[in-house]
Amino acid sequence: MNYGRSNAQMNILDRPLPKVAWRSNDQGTVSLSAFAYLFSELVQYHQNKVTSISDLERRLEEAGYNVGLKAVELAAFRSKEYKRETRLMSILHFVSGTIWKSLFGRAADSLERSIDNDDEYMIVDYMPITSSYISVPSDLGQLSVDSYISGIICGVLQSAGFPARVTAHNVAMDENEMANAVASSNQLLVPRTEKAVFLCKFSREVLQRDAALER
Amino acid sequence: MFLSLFIVNQSGGLVYHRPLSPLAPKIDTNDWLRIGSTFHSLHCLAAEAAPVRLPKNRNQRTGADDGIEVIDAGGMILQCLQTRTGMKFVITSTKTKEDCDLSAVLREVYLLYVDCALKNPFYELDMPIKVDLFNRGVDLLIEQYHSSGGSSRR
Repeated sequence: MNYGRSNAQMNILDRPLPKVAWRSNDQGTVSLSAFAYLFSELVQYHQNKVTSISDLERRLEEAGYNVGLKAVELAAFRSKEYKRETRLMSILHFVSGTIWKSLFGRAADSLERSIDNDDEYMIVDYMPITSSYISVPSDLGQLSVDSYISGIICGVLQSAGFPARVTAHNVAMDENEMANAVASSNQLLVPRTEKAVFLCKFSREVLQRDAALER
Repeated sequence: MFLSLFIVNQSGGLVYHRPLSPLAPKIDTNDWLRIGSTFHSLHCLAAEAAPVRLPKNRNQRTGADDGIEVIDAGGMILQCLQTRTGMKFVITSTKTKEDCDLSAVLREVYLLYVDCALKNPFYELDMPIKVDLFNRGVDLLIEQYHSSGGSSRR
């Protein structure tokens, strides 16, 4: 389609991202502000078409789902020896480590297992880029724009063969976590007070298969 | 000691107002709207009355229109930062011994506005700013200025 055409002739959206010489990673990066403006437009676009909060979250999840499906393929293609993950814990480490690094430039802040249910796991991020500049007005209640990221996680898990329901929740941070978050990030003018928790609820057959593999 | 901060959009409507310390006068919302539009008109008129006119009525370096930058009154100072887009960020403060760089404060408020209001999908342009993140940012900024005695925080 685009073979043989130079960068100048291609549509700007099809051109590869510029590689900046002084950056250590070899993949091009985009400025956070550019992403913030684009994401803000995405949210506004969907907000005009929905009537309820859960609908808006669902549309953002669908948008992220497609990203997630492709992110796994890209990560597998780019890593040198990629063995397909078959165990539950290894796929969760893959998501919170490799996928997070390739998308956001750093690993997720923590991976936890829920005490109450054995099919629920939580990935915690103190500074999700989708909600860094967004404060939800009180009349929209519990809307979490991080549903975009939970859609990405859902797509990754689905594509890797671990179907799950992923939801995003905003949880207030306690003192220690706030100190850690502030220390690791100097970009934000206003420090965050809430962290994002992505709750992954795996389906029955995933747990059964994992238990069978254990033996 | 800071008194108040207010922001006027390019059409002259007041978009934001906030008292920055207990010394700030308690002004009714309608009076604030009047202050905003009065300041907007005075800003434009001052350029006509000035003895020296900038070329093309614009400050070439910042892109701002010619107009009021500082009002030095008996008991207070008012400083205005006009952006390239016509938004005016205005801050008032009492005259104290430590000379605080008000224009630096205004630039930081402008940065906060760009980050918290413009990148927020729930904020409509030119509407009153009711964004929690922006309010928190302004409070934090003023607190840092008060505690560090006027020195820059970065």
